[in-house]
Amino acid sequence: MSDPGIQPRSALGGMTFAGFASVRETGPVGMITMRAKNLKSLGKAVKAAVGTRVPAQRRIEVAGDKACAWMSPDEYLLLMPYADVSGALGAISKALAGEHHLAADVSDARAVFRIEGDSADRVLCKLCPADLDRLAPGEVRRTRAAQVAVAFWRQDGGYTLVSFRSVAGYVMGLLSHSARIGSDPG
Amino acid sequence: MLTLECPCCGVMADETELSPGYEAHLKRFGPGASPEEFEAYMFARKNPKGVHFERWRHAYGCGKWFLAARCTATLEVFGTYPAQVSEPPPEIIATIKARRPDWEGFK
Amino acid sequence: MSTRLAKGGRLIDRMAPVEFTFNGKRLRGYQGDTLASALLANDQMLVGRSFKYHRPRGIVASGPEEPNALVNLGSGARLEPNQRTTTTEVFDGLEATSQNHWPSLKFDVGVVNNYAARFLPAGFYYKTFIHPRPFWKHVFEPIIRRSAGLGKAPTTGDADHYEQAYAFCDVLVIGGGVAGLLAARAAADAGSRVILLEQSATLGGRTVVDETMVQGKPVDAWLSAIEADLAARDTVTIRTRTCGFGVYDHGYVLADERVADHTPGDGRPKHRLWRIRAGRIITATGAIERPLSFAGNDIPGVMLAGAVRDYVVNHAVSPGDRTVVVTNNDSAYQTALALKAAGLEVPVILDARDSATGALPDAARAAGIRVLTGRAIAKVKGGKRVTGISVCAQAGEGAVLEEVPCEAVAMSGGWSPVVHLWSHCGGKLLWDEAISAFVPDPARPPLNHDGSAMVTVVGAAAGCLSLGNILAGFGKASGKGAIGLPDTCQTPDGSVSVPPVWVMPQGAPIALRSKMWLDFQNDVKVSDVQLAAREGYQSVEHTKRYTTLGMATDQGKLSNINGLAVLAEALGQDIPQVGTTTFRPPYTPVTIGALAGEARGEIFQPLRRTPMHEAHEKSGAYFEPVGLWRRPYCFPRAGETHEQAVHREVLNTRENLGLLDASTLGKIIVKGPDAGKFLDMLYTGVMSTLPVGKCRYGLMCNEQGFLSDDGVVARIDEDTWLCHTTSGGADRIHGWMEDWLQCEWWDWQVYTANVTEQYAQVAVVGPNARKLLQALGGMDVSREALPFMQWADGTLGGFPVRVYRISFSGELSYEIAVPASHGAAFWAACTEAGKALGAMPYGTEALHVMRAEKGFIMIGDETDGTVIPQDLGLDWAISKKKTDYLGKRGQERTFLADPDRWKLVGFETLDGSVVPDGAYVIADGTNANGQRNVQGRVTSTYYSPTLKRGIAMGLLHQGPTRMGDVVEFNTVAGGTVKARVRDMVFYDRDGEKQNV
Repeated sequence: MSDPGIQPRSALGGMTFAGFASVRETGPVGMITMRAKNLKSLGKAVKAAVGTRVPAQRRIEVAGDKACAWMSPDEYLLLMPYADVSGALGAISKALAGEHHLAADVSDARAVFRIEGDSADRVLCKLCPADLDRLAPGEVRRTRAAQVAVAFWRQDGGYTLVSFRSVAGYVMGLLSHSARIGSDPG
Repeated sequence: MLTLECPCCGVMADETELSPGYEAHLKRFGPGASPEEFEAYMFARKNPKGVHFERWRHAYGCGKWFLAARCTATLEVFGTYPAQVSEPPPEIIATIKARRPDWEGFK
Repeated sequence: MSTRLAKGGRLIDRMAPVEFTFNGKRLRGYQGDTLASALLANDQMLVGRSFKYHRPRGIVASGPEEPNALVNLGSGARLEPNQRTTTTEVFDGLEATSQNHWPSLKFDVGVVNNYAARFLPAGFYYKTFIHPRPFWKHVFEPIIRRSAGLGKAPTTGDADHYEQAYAFCDVLVIGGGVAGLLAARAAADAGSRVILLEQSATLGGRTVVDETMVQGKPVDAWLSAIEADLAARDTVTIRTRTCGFGVYDHGYVLADERVADHTPGDGRPKHRLWRIRAGRIITATGAIERPLSFAGNDIPGVMLAGAVRDYVVNHAVSPGDRTVVVTNNDSAYQTALALKAAGLEVPVILDARDSATGALPDAARAAGIRVLTGRAIAKVKGGKRVTGISVCAQAGEGAVLEEVPCEAVAMSGGWSPVVHLWSHCGGKLLWDEAISAFVPDPARPPLNHDGSAMVTVVGAAAGCLSLGNILAGFGKASGKGAIGLPDTCQTPDGSVSVPPVWVMPQGAPIALRSKMWLDFQNDVKVSDVQLAAREGYQSVEHTKRYTTLGMATDQGKLSNINGLAVLAEALGQDIPQVGTTTFRPPYTPVTIGALAGEARGEIFQPLRRTPMHEAHEKSGAYFEPVGLWRRPYCFPRAGETHEQAVHREVLNTRENLGLLDASTLGKIIVKGPDAGKFLDMLYTGVMSTLPVGKCRYGLMCNEQGFLSDDGVVARIDEDTWLCHTTSGGADRIHGWMEDWLQCEWWDWQVYTANVTEQYAQVAVVGPNARKLLQALGGMDVSREALPFMQWADGTLGGFPVRVYRISFSGELSYEIAVPASHGAAFWAACTEAGKALGAMPYGTEALHVMRAEKGFIMIGDETDGTVIPQDLGLDWAISKKKTDYLGKRGQERTFLADPDRWKLVGFETLDGSVVPDGAYVIADGTNANGQRNVQGRVTSTYYSPTLKRGIAMGLLHQGPTRMGDVVEFNTVAGGTVKARVRDMVFYDRDGEKQNV
């Protein structure tokens, strides 16, 4: 285990931008990518790791500060407090022992943003070729924000958006440009 | 700027979410294959004007490859289907035949 | 004199005056003016010069079809060339300057071209500049380049910002006239999500100018009511100042919203490019009035009749006290009536038709206007502005019957439906005899993804030129869910019919025809098209390019139909037989800023940064792009050149300790019962037998057999491997793996995960490497505990790490992976602990030099997509036992198995110099092109600070059999440099340094 004195640093260290909507990098979030399909113990593993059901196609199941998102027919993204990852990995490994799966810590491979405010969708509509009006409650949309891959969903009156870590500065730049005061397309 | 419905995640995807993989249903030839077989596998492409079967990857979405049947002349899409098949499924064939009665068929 | 009328003007606000400048002259207008209307209100008839002959040009139109009145708008960082005054809203402080003249608009030297016009006929450029050949490059091209183009390109960066946005709807209506508004309402009534786009600032289209009553209501009241109705609906979005300029596949439409063109500097984006995906597109884009072809039709003061009407009614602008109307259809009579109603004179209406009997001609006669039928304009008089016209018989050859003094001419040659958007994606056209125009053929629409019609055209764009017809069409009931749209314009109405009048008078001699302009901007005349036909041009596409008809910034909105009618006549064919040129997007010019959108400056493209990026910036690193990554090339110190820094970094690493940020290295987890089998197919070597805890170098090839990527594979546990890829290759190789797993071997039980960015990776390299790790402490990294090509998990300095004992430099080396969120802290810890050990960071160039000293290949240097591993002497990394791997069959092809290929060797120059990058090994003789024969080429070449001499690797014909031979490389300077062929390992051949 690591030295408890060493704190993880997210890609942008919690950078914020205030425009016609607010943008904020959230800081470290625990994330596990899980590849699995048609496993009898999948539900048990997800429950043990994050306390939710296995989400349906393109849905996210949220339980407090934990969640499980459907990413593809054999891929899930588990979200949780950063410190809970190794415990969750252990729980998955135990629940799926002997069954073909892959679970890996990707907390540090990602950056997480919150876009908040009444016009939050109009920040995303400038970047993503996704029909936000048709985004169902609890739906995860994996798509493109300008030139990079992202995933987002509606949560707590705003959007949570996940990108790769190395392009966090680019994504922050995009979101800030899109949220500039005076540029709300209405 | 096509739209194709990804059969793996159900999203009606903008072409900019996809990356192209060219002709579908190629048969791989490895060691032991004749030069003609290898040439057919590596290089010979139908490139038709009309009904065509293609590979697409939902690169910015769920990451899965899928296959699409469409008309290269009118851009009409006859259907998309999972990649784990060696030839187009019957319902796709039926759709094409209904819309293109004089289509010569797959292969 | 054109001037402002004392009363009227639907769109102008007389309480809101604005001041602007034109060529430095201060002028006044009102809010609601376009720049064109404001210029006319100030008697600025002359606004520019034509492209070829530099003829005086005035405002012709009142919309985006304007060919002449283009200006440079703004200045400095807000300068925009080629802005149409007719679509530019005037604002306080606007600055405009005219284009394409020198030294001044009034006196332009280029006008000599005008007097030499008979030496500048159609195809002039082609004919003149072909011979003698060298003249093209040295004489003609520089002159043409200097005089080409209309506006001035800005020389500074654009001060404004732009953005793009996506929108989705069931029905997109393009055009906010009556037909568009009714279509939007019908679509909304049917439950659709609707977007309505209107290019100008206001809705209503032509109807608000041309009609007084709509559906029993005064036109302005009708418009307010439907606007309010649509605005009240959640399902309808209306965007004005937004031009839908292109229709693309599957309901994709691009539209340019001019958000802040009229309020520059207010902080809003200047333009917003909308990327709209619509289930169905309805175009209600109206029609554009055609000019008539008579001599002198380009003189300032000759305007489209509809435009004259617009300026009088919308902006209270008089084009002159006396306006002659010339027409072949009824609509121009409205202009005469509007002028009369404004208290202006219409000396005569010249109607080319033999008779004019409709309601409008009757109204004109009743208003006391003189109407002459069967008459035409023989010639317009005037230079920089109209002073009068001469009248002749349309049936004749131009004999003057009468002279009429006037200040303006309002012409109408009929109306061409705007079919551009219908045609962009393949919609076909029909020739409508009744209105002498191409109209959309509803039986042959552009198709959507499901095979349904993607575009429906309504209103004047469908050829439905009368309001009564449009309203009648929309009156029909619609089924549930269906949108009640008119099918076609079924009831032709005599009041809108347009007989063909393509040349005026019909028998005009060459002297007149060579003054009849078709394309005002590019100076193409009736005589030019006729000449092209005589010279054998039959295709309308060829004639367009030969004469440049329709190739100006207005893309022939006014000229195309007239031009092809003249061509058809000259060829003795029917107009539909000749056909139109292809309609391509954009409908109107779109500024580059809108197309670039947000992609400027810092967010031009995604820059990938490692967790240590900030630390490198603080260390003064000089970065280089590696794919989208930015990696330190070197870390120059004060006073050091990059070359000196690289040499220092190499020597220090070899002698003490170097630290490299290797985070960009691709890392892919491959896991599952079939993972070993899968990797054995992917790599040329065997990975399934790699023991847990060990590392093995592997090569990946494409199916053609060519080397595609390389890297070290680590066996993590019984069914898990970690594959390292090249820095640029992680996504590509991950995609390659997924392709095979999803599309070929889908029954194999293998999962992959690209964890490249989860880890920061630091290479600790050099004789003091182990000491640094020991100083950090936490795990045993001794030779015994962690031998070469093994890995171990543990902690170092409190950080959770995985340590790989691998080397790309030939030194004792550890590559240490830590979670990325600890990357910066771990790098700092290594730097701090390394101080006492002589640690220095090194960059990619030092890495390259050190690997070359060791003879290690680099993907992209030694490989270029045509090189197989066998060419590089990597046979040792290819399994002979495996029956198959990706690329194996490809490598068995005879030309790849041929021992005669160029193969990798080392080179050392006899004089110790560095072989130039990209140099070829020359051979005897010359090839068929007289070029020197070659027998090899350099792939990597560096100055080795370790060996204090130039070293190189390269591919040489039968290289490995030629050790000790001396060969010659060409140099850029022209001479050659001699080098001796040798093995590739220049440094520490026995590997003693890395294996301690």
